[in-house]
Amino acid sequence: MTKDECKQVVLDIIAEIAPDEELGDVKGEVPLREQLDLDSMDFLDIVMELRKQHGIEVPEADYSHLASLDSCAEYLTPKFNALV
Amino acid sequence: MIESRVVITGVGLTAPIGNSLAEFRQSLLQGQAGISRIDMRYMGQVLAGVCDFDALRYQKKKELRVGTRAGSISIYCAREALLDAGLEAENLASDRTGIYVGTTEHGNVETENEVYNISQFDYDTKYWSHHHNPRTVSNNPAGEVSLNLKVHGPAYTVGAACAAGNLGLVHALQMLRLGEVDLAIAGGVSESVRTFGIFAGFKSQGALAEHEDPNKASRPFDLKRNGIVVSEGGALYTLERLEDAQTRGAKIYGEIVGYHVNSDATDYVLPNPARQAECMRAALGRAGMQPGDIDIINTHATATPMGDIQECAAIGEVFTDCPKTQVNNTKGYIGHAMGAAGALELAGNLPAFEDGLVHPTINVDELDPKCDLPGLVINETKPAKRVDAILNNSFGMLGINSALIVKRFSN
Repeated sequence: MTKDECKQVVLDIIAEIAPDEELGDVKGEVPLREQLDLDSMDFLDIVMELRKQHGIEVPEADYSHLASLDSCAEYLTPKFNALV
Repeated sequence: MIESRVVITGVGLTAPIGNSLAEFRQSLLQGQAGISRIDMRYMGQVLAGVCDFDALRYQKKKELRVGTRAGSISIYCAREALLDAGLEAENLASDRTGIYVGTTEHGNVETENEVYNISQFDYDTKYWSHHHNPRTVSNNPAGEVSLNLKVHGPAYTVGAACAAGNLGLVHALQMLRLGEVDLAIAGGVSESVRTFGIFAGFKSQGALAEHEDPNKASRPFDLKRNGIVVSEGGALYTLERLEDAQTRGAKIYGEIVGYHVNSDATDYVLPNPARQAECMRAALGRAGMQPGDIDIINTHATATPMGDIQECAAIGEVFTDCPKTQVNNTKGYIGHAMGAAGALELAGNLPAFEDGLVHPTINVDELDPKCDLPGLVINETKPAKRVDAILNNSFGMLGINSALIVKRFSN
């Protein structure tokens, strides 16, 4: 999986948990909470969907890696690739 | 102590036969039922009363995903009631507005969903949703309204089995009279068609209705009635002290002049007609009225073989020699809307103050002789000379009884 593919996986999850948001212009380097109406429960939803849909575990200590699309890709891409 | 007079100034509702008071009333007068077959987890198809209101009118998609159906029904009804009352949520005296939502139960739907969810993951509880607790706390439906309206006054539910719709109104009236709030949004809601447990429980009890024609399944007072059709829905009202309503020139639907709540203390499920009769008498006493002053009695009767007979016995005992009193029922149309039932059924009769019509109880092909009350309106709408007072019965499991009396408003 490439980092861009990883970002798309995260965006697909965000589309499910924040269905009112327009996701076409999300900037990779800007924190998601500054661009989208997401709260702490929504981030828990992202963690849960990564677990449910992809078998990826994100320990609480690592939640900060989910701050932006770029940091998500940085953190999650190796985890996805380790699954294969 | 002189008690404040409390009046109804707005109605918001959703029922299987209408998403506004006007639609609901029209269906009742036309004898149009709204029961359908739905798929129920573990059970196959069951009969149910399902609402089709536009939830996105007042909520975002995310709110629907995170919240509950009971919350969504409550928000729709509350917003519609405020609109009807000519009140804007943004301009309410926020900390002086109370939200009191009657519920039969809350949390079954959400808990069943989570148990099913983790069953897909070998019952590993790490897949249990963090939304479970805010969804299942018993104040959820009222709390979701407060979040949606941004109202900061007291917002909680009143748990009272299937008497809850009346209880929400009774509690609101008490809070207005105590001066705790200046505006109350109150009534009852139900999301019960989404929990298999209620259907399965009634089925095990031998109290779940079945009929090849869904719209004939709920048949109070009919000899061949065979149980309850479970429904969802809601009805919330705006209640105000009379002087406040008049000061702002509000439309007044009616005045709550009497109520009573008591308990059978005899059985978990079987009703007790002696206590039901006491409840109706006490409500009349509080209103300073005689039985013959009541023009319409809305019966709670749910179409169980025993419950209908017991309530008719209670009414027959209290309402002797009352030639103008007519008796009806709404469950043939919409099934049993559980925590919403009392509030919805009251709404169904409220327009009678204006149109002078008494909607019938439908699906009575062969009247059970034990339910043959004088004044029972069956299958066809009847005109009344004039409707001045409605008595609204609503009873529930564990023997809770409630009777509410609403009178045509007069200075």
